[in-house]
Amino acid sequence: MFTIYEARKILTMNPARPLASHVAVRDGRILGTGSIEELAGWGAHRLDRRFADKVLMPGLVEGHCHVSEGVFWRSVYCGYFDRMDPDGRIWPGLKSIAAVLARLGEAEAALDDPDMPLSGWALDPIYFGSRRVDRHDLDRVSATRPIGVMHASGHILNVNSRALELAGFLRPGISHPGIPLGEDGLPSGELKGPDAMMAVGRHAGFDREAQASDEPGLRQFARLCVRKGVTTATDLANLLPDEAVDMMLRVTGEDGFPVRIVPFRRFHGLGVVDLIRRAGELKARSSDRLRLGGVKLFADGSIQGFSARLRWPGYYGGQPNGLWYIAPEQLAEALELALAGGIMVHIHTNGDEATELVLDTMEMVLRRRTGPDHRFTLQHCQLADAAQFRRIRALGFCVNLFPNHHYYWGEQHYAMTVGPERATRMNACASALASGVPLAIHSDAPVTPLAPLFTAWCAVNRLSAAGRVMGAAERIGVAEALRAITLGAAYTLKLDGEIGSIECGKRADFAVLEDDPEEMPPEQLKDIRVWGTIQGGRVFDAAAI
Amino acid sequence: MDANDPIPASVIGGYLGAGKTTLVNHLLRHAGGRRLAVLVNEFGELPIDADLIVGAGERLIAIAGGCVCCAYGSDLIAGLEDLAGLADRPDHVLIEASGVALPGSIGAALSLVPCFRLDAILVLADAGAIAAQLADRFMGDTVHRQIASADLVLLNKADLVSARELAATGSRLASLAPAARIVPARRASLPVEIALGLHAGRAWRDAAGAGTAHVTAAFETLSFVLDGAFDVTGLAAALAGPELGILRAKGLLQDRAGRLMVLQLAGGRHETEIAAAEGARAGRLVLIGQAGHLAKAAIGAAIEAARCR
Repeated sequence: MFTIYEARKILTMNPARPLASHVAVRDGRILGTGSIEELAGWGAHRLDRRFADKVLMPGLVEGHCHVSEGVFWRSVYCGYFDRMDPDGRIWPGLKSIAAVLARLGEAEAALDDPDMPLSGWALDPIYFGSRRVDRHDLDRVSATRPIGVMHASGHILNVNSRALELAGFLRPGISHPGIPLGEDGLPSGELKGPDAMMAVGRHAGFDREAQASDEPGLRQFARLCVRKGVTTATDLANLLPDEAVDMMLRVTGEDGFPVRIVPFRRFHGLGVVDLIRRAGELKARSSDRLRLGGVKLFADGSIQGFSARLRWPGYYGGQPNGLWYIAPEQLAEALELALAGGIMVHIHTNGDEATELVLDTMEMVLRRRTGPDHRFTLQHCQLADAAQFRRIRALGFCVNLFPNHHYYWGEQHYAMTVGPERATRMNACASALASGVPLAIHSDAPVTPLAPLFTAWCAVNRLSAAGRVMGAAERIGVAEALRAITLGAAYTLKLDGEIGSIECGKRADFAVLEDDPEEMPPEQLKDIRVWGTIQGGRVFDAAAI
Repeated sequence: MDANDPIPASVIGGYLGAGKTTLVNHLLRHAGGRRLAVLVNEFGELPIDADLIVGAGERLIAIAGGCVCCAYGSDLIAGLEDLAGLADRPDHVLIEASGVALPGSIGAALSLVPCFRLDAILVLADAGAIAAQLADRFMGDTVHRQIASADLVLLNKADLVSARELAATGSRLASLAPAARIVPARRASLPVEIALGLHAGRAWRDAAGAGTAHVTAAFETLSFVLDGAFDVTGLAAALAGPELGILRAKGLLQDRAGRLMVLQLAGGRHETEIAAAEGARAGRLVLIGQAGHLAKAAIGAAIEAARCR
C-alpha cells in the first residue's frame, strides 16, 4: 500500500516531466509523478486529496543558515523588519529606539528572577539615523539586570550599564578600538568585534559555543523550517563536539522531526590534519536526517564589518582592508587533504580578494592532484566579478550567493561600504549562471530570516529596502531562482541525487504551497503562502507544528 | 611579585613559520623559575615540545616547572580570566597569536582585563622569508601590520642568510616599525630577560653589583645604583629612544614626590607605575641591549638629565 497525493499543480523541477497532477510516495520516497492512471500501475494505493487545492514543489533547501536561529528566538526580537518566529507569530518591525525599548521593557516586566539577563537580537540602528543606542537607553529598561542586544549584522552588541559592570568594563581608562567611550569617559555601551562583544556578552545571555548544541533551539529551528517550506537545512558551521552530535542524531532521528540537517564542522580548535580526520569520523556517523562530514573554512570577515578582504580599490570610504582568518598555507593543506579524503569543503569568502586567494590556492592544489567532482563551495562570495565566476567554473567550485543583502543592506553598501558600482554588482547571480557556475542562494539565518522564497524574491528583484533596484542586469528569472533554492542548493551539498526535484527514486520532500510560484507576479514571490511540508513522506502542517 | 600586581603578558606574533612555537618552547626551557602560562588559540599542531609536557587535558597542558599551556578557543578574554583565576597564579603570560592574526588587536584585548599588564608585543620574522612575505599580494599588508605593531622584532633564522641580507632586512623592518628594536636570533633563542623582561628579584640583586653582567655573549647588561629623585616618566621616555639601543630596562626609582616607582621598558614601549612592593630600596636601574649597541654615554646623559635637582 502506498499513497498517491493529488495536487492542484506539482512543479517537479524534472525537465522530462516538469508538471504533474499526482505524485506517488512509498516508504518515504517518490515512486513517480504523473496522472492517477499512470501511478495506479504501481499497485494498491490510497489516494490522498487533501492537497488537491495546493501546489507542491520540491522541499526547499537552505544551503547556508545556522540552527542558532532557533536559539535566538528565546531572546527579544528587536529588528526593523517584520519577522516570523517558530510559533508562526509575526513580530512587527520596530521603527524607533523608543519602540525597541518598549518591547524590551515588556519582556523585562515578565521576568521574575531579578538577576536573569535579558537579551535581544536583530537590532539595526542604521535605520534610526545617526543616533546610536547607548547604555543609558538600555538602563531605562533595567538598571539592575544585565541587558544585551545583538545587532542584525552580528558584529555589534549593545549592553546596559549593569552588563558592563559585571564584565568589569564600567570604569574610566578603557582604551580599545571596539569600545567607544561616552562623554563621561566610560564605555558608551556599544561593543564592536568579537573580543569586546564576547567579554561582555557572556554576562548578558550570549554564549556562541553553547548555541551549537542547544536542543530546544534545534527543535524551534525545525518548526520554523516547516513554516518556510524547508525540508533540508545546513548548520554552517558548528564545532560539533561529540555531545552535540549525539544530541542532534537523537533529536533528528525522532519520528516527528521534520527536517534534514546538514552540519559543517567549523575549522577551529584543531589543526588541518585533525580537521579532515574528524570530518571523516563524523561522515561515518551520518543518518538520513543528519548528514555529517563537511567542513567550513573562513577566509575573511564581513563587508559591513569592514573585515572582508577586498581587491583594489578597497573600501569606498578608504577604510583599511579587512582581516584574513586563514593563512594560504593552511588553506592549501586543507584543500589538498580534503580532496584526497573526499571531504566536502565550503569556504566563507565575502570580499573579492578572499575569493581570489581561494581560487589561486585551489588552482595550485589541482595542479598537484586531481579532485573529481569535488563541488567545493564558495559561501557568500558576494563581490565576485565575471572573470572570477569564469575561474570558479573552471576550477569546479559552486557558489552560494547572498542576495538578501541587497534588501537589508543594499543602500548601505551603495553609500558606505563598497560604493555604487560594486553594490549593484554584488551577489551577481546572473553572471554566475552565465558562466555556468552551479548556483545556490541563501539567508545566513539568523543574520537574515530563514525563508528561501524570500531569498528567491531578492535574487529576482534585487530591491533594496528603500525600493531601489540594485543592479537590474544581475536579476535572474523566477525559474532560475526556484532552482537555486532546491536543486541548486542540493547540488552544493552533493544531495542532488536524493533531493531537489520531484522524480522517481528521490526522497519524498515537498514544499506545500497555497500559491503557485509560476502564476505569482515575480515581485510578489516573497508573499507565497506556505501550508507546510512533506519530508520523507511525512506530512507537516505548519498550522499544527 | 605581589598578588595584586598585574600579571605581565606578552603577545608573540608573526607570520606562519616565523618561529613562534620555537620561541615559546625556548622560553619554557629557560624560564628561570618563572611560572609561565602560554595561551594559544587552539591546540592545533602541538604547541609544546613533548618532553616538556607533564600532563595534558582538553584545554590545559601542564608543563614542567609549574608552567601551563591553555587553549582559549574563540574567547581570548575568558581565557585570560581563567588564567588569572588559577590557584597557582602565573608570573608571566605568553599569548601566541595565529599566523594571520594582528598582534596589536590582541594587545588591545589584553587591556580589557584589569589584572594583566601588556608587557611587550614580540613579533618574529623569518630572516630569509620576510621580504617575500611583505611583498605577497594577499598577505603583505597583514605581515606589515604585524611588524608595525611590534615592540621587539625577533629577526629569526638569522644564521640562514648572509650578513648583508640580514642587515638589509633589519633596516627594512626598522623602517616599518620605527619604535621597535630589531633583534637577530637563530632558532628563536632570545634570552629570557629580553623576551620577558628582567625578573624583579634577580634584577635588583644584579643591580646591587653596580657593574655589567653578560646575559649571553651577544647581549650586555648595564646596571646602575641611582640615589636621589628622578623624573621617572621622563627617564622612561628618554630610554625608549631607539638611538640608545636599549632592548629592555627595569628600574625602581624614587620620583620627585618621593614615591617609589617601577619603570619598565620593552623596545619602544615604556611604562611607569607606583611600586606595589613594600620595603624595596629605590635607586636601581638595569638595562639590556645587544653587545656593542648600547650607547653608554648617551644613556648616562639621559639619566643625569632626569635627575631632580
